[in-house]
Amino acid sequence: MNIHVRQAEVSALISAAQARYVREIDDGDCTAWPNFFVDDCFYTITSADNYAQNLEAGLVWLDSKDMLRDRILSLLEANVYERHSYRHMIGQPFVGELEGDEVDSEASFMVARITREGPTDLFATGRYIDRYRIAGDEAKIVSRTVVLDSNQIDTLLGFPL
Amino acid sequence: MNNLAPLGAEMPVWAKEDEGFHVPYWVFQREDVLEMENERLFQGETWNYMCLEAELQSPGDFVAVHVGETPVIVTRDHDGEIYAFENRCSHRGSLLALEDRGNVKDFTCVYHAWTHSLQGDLVGIAFKDGIGGKGGMEKDFCMNSVGPRKLRVANVDGLIFGSFDEDVDDIEDYLGEEVLDRIHRVLEGRKMVVLGRFTQVLPNNWKLYVENTKDSYHASILHTFFTTFELNRLSQKGGIIVSPNGGCHVSYSEIDQVAEAEKAKNTIYSDQNIRSQSDLQLADKSLLASFKEFDDDITLQILTVFPGFVLQQIQNSIAVRQVLPKGTDEMHLKWTYIGFEDDTTEQRRARLKLSNLIGPGGYVSMEDGCIGGFVRRGTKGASDNNAVLEMGGRSIEGGDDRITEASIRGFWAEYRMRMGL
Repeated sequence: MNIHVRQAEVSALISAAQARYVREIDDGDCTAWPNFFVDDCFYTITSADNYAQNLEAGLVWLDSKDMLRDRILSLLEANVYERHSYRHMIGQPFVGELEGDEVDSEASFMVARITREGPTDLFATGRYIDRYRIAGDEAKIVSRTVVLDSNQIDTLLGFPL
Repeated sequence: MNNLAPLGAEMPVWAKEDEGFHVPYWVFQREDVLEMENERLFQGETWNYMCLEAELQSPGDFVAVHVGETPVIVTRDHDGEIYAFENRCSHRGSLLALEDRGNVKDFTCVYHAWTHSLQGDLVGIAFKDGIGGKGGMEKDFCMNSVGPRKLRVANVDGLIFGSFDEDVDDIEDYLGEEVLDRIHRVLEGRKMVVLGRFTQVLPNNWKLYVENTKDSYHASILHTFFTTFELNRLSQKGGIIVSPNGGCHVSYSEIDQVAEAEKAKNTIYSDQNIRSQSDLQLADKSLLASFKEFDDDITLQILTVFPGFVLQQIQNSIAVRQVLPKGTDEMHLKWTYIGFEDDTTEQRRARLKLSNLIGPGGYVSMEDGCIGGFVRRGTKGASDNNAVLEMGGRSIEGGDDRITEASIRGFWAEYRMRMGL
């Protein structure tokens, strides 16, 4: 296949994965969230400052699909917080060149938070630094580093970004 | 007669006999209380955590931090010593440091280029002698006569504390021997490395968070992560240490080896009948994989230093937290996650995984982010009512029981003493 056609196809797969992802975490109950990842995936949330200084710790630091599943289970069954939801706006992915069946991608995002008694607040902005694996007609996340632009997190961070 | 004074203009009276077991809600709400706190606590005879020594490795390194609401610069000078002074130009008061950290040879204000040394002394004034005999400062102007206020600095196992008051007790006396020992327990002789920094913005007065960190009573009730997944299988015992003045504390729990040995004898029977009470299980328990780091069986130790510092050990998750007021109804909680230079790859990985328990999104700390806001909202219109802190009696004595509010009462005892409230 022509390399450009293949590249366009990969971009389209990543865009579609992104669209499904955001629909699941904003309008679903997040239980299908781990399915967007491969089994030995990595997911972390950090800040631009930490990322620039190569500081490893994350607000969330998960290195298996099971840990992603546990995160949702805990949020639904164990943790206590006021009812709230997030609304993500994800930008167009900037997709790198395919290396074998894997590819790097970046996308910016804005997240609004809607809390029970409160208005809609701008909760976070940042970018996803991703690596996807392409299998058939599906792009799955191998690694997602969520880099928040600000180092400040209001109140608490619950559901996935 | 002025009968137009706003309602509540005068600070109400907090009855002496309430000690630290009845706390009126206006203490969390009033601007004049915050002003007093800035003056009498944060700029008074207290020790305030500023940064880690590990953040000031080389001469010229600095960090810009806050003591209460006051901006402060902490530096390492070429003599190897650590200095701290207000982040405020001698001239017109502009911030001197506009970055959070870095390495500089001096601090030159961007406004009119007044230059300050790494120790906070004014050492240069742009166009001091004017140009061509015109302008310039008066001949008798003395550069030593102005300058940002300096703080006294103390280093406890790599934790850098500062005080605006030269007359503050030596930090060893301020902490008391028992609390000091518990800092040594975690940090003595070890080279820290910063693993990450996060700032959590909490929608509540700073003292509500301090109360929360000293509150060993709420832990198993509010935070249900461990109980939901039945992760606390080992028998635990523990206790509380309160410093002589009340304001510093340690709460800890450790594996009860006697009870464990007793259990082991009985497993022959209990093994037959083990059944999980809930169906909820973590799929990947490597989250909690910990390694032997200390000579004892203490799995959790929360230590506070009056007014607003926390040193935390939750298994191998080590972090410091700095509590900073931002007005009466908001605060910043600055988390610094800590590792050590001699960590192996596996040990570092364990710390990173365990850090899922802590911070703004942590399994056992996320609830603390919202609880202060619930209190702020719940107490609107109830300024003259008070919180009841009588669990475990009314004293501020420590002990081997954690179902107590003794260390919160201790905080209020020291708070009242220092505030004159």
